[in-house]
Amino acid sequence: MSEVTPTEPQRLATEARDRVRFEEEALELSDQVYRVARRLVGSREEAEDLMQETYARAFRSWRSYTPGTNLRAWLLRILTNLNIDRGRRKQRSPEMQPLEEGDYFLYNRLEESSREPRSDQDAVVDRLSQDDVVGALSAVPHDFRDVLVLVDIGDFTYQDAAQILDIPIGTVMSRLHRGRRILKTALADQAVGG
Amino acid sequence: MEFDELCDKCEEWMQPYLDRELDDAERAEAEKHLEGCGYCRKRYRFEESLRIFVRHVCSEEMPPELKQKLAALRTPL
Repeated sequence: MSEVTPTEPQRLATEARDRVRFEEEALELSDQVYRVARRLVGSREEAEDLMQETYARAFRSWRSYTPGTNLRAWLLRILTNLNIDRGRRKQRSPEMQPLEEGDYFLYNRLEESSREPRSDQDAVVDRLSQDDVVGALSAVPHDFRDVLVLVDIGDFTYQDAAQILDIPIGTVMSRLHRGRRILKTALADQAVGG
Repeated sequence: MEFDELCDKCEEWMQPYLDRELDDAERAEAEKHLEGCGYCRKRYRFEESLRIFVRHVCSEEMPPELKQKLAALRTPL
């Protein structure tokens, strides 16, 4: 056994306390992290595996987290890296370039096909089911979807999304822009037919 | 006026505006335009409700067993 200096027990106690606090904070965020994780992957099982891998790694490397910074973003950075590592590229079959229309495409399509004036909110909610939206989102190609999920489901800023995915903020903006257009084009097909 | 050249610019701003990513001057300009332009205001309301709807239907709660599994990964004291 190594010699323990008088300050060593103190140091260990402080470290244990910091670690417990980190673990508790990370667990408190797990619902929010899961909501994002669930839409980054295709199935609930994959999301659960990814969450467990993420938390195992986070608990192991908690010392590399800087207290006071955005812990949710830190956890999602681990999660998105693991997601990319775990053979996501394998699934990347020759991806078809999805159809992409303008920003107001869905609005315009709904407006054209609507006979009587109705509120905009009802127009969306009435015509699209949860399955429609979840299906359309999961069909958005990965690179665009990652950004879309972080910003639109996770409510991250462009800056946070850029750090999580380790890409420039301009790339976040352009992928988000295209991702939303792809999503809306797919939703318009669901809502009013292709 | 139903549509003017500002509306094209507004389409560019709409998403960053909804994302709260415009700076103060841009936001003020966008809001001023939205106030006076029915064409853009209708689209703004639509885009906003679409955003809320998508977030709502895509948010799936974490299974409670998973939370227990995550807690079990903590370093034992």
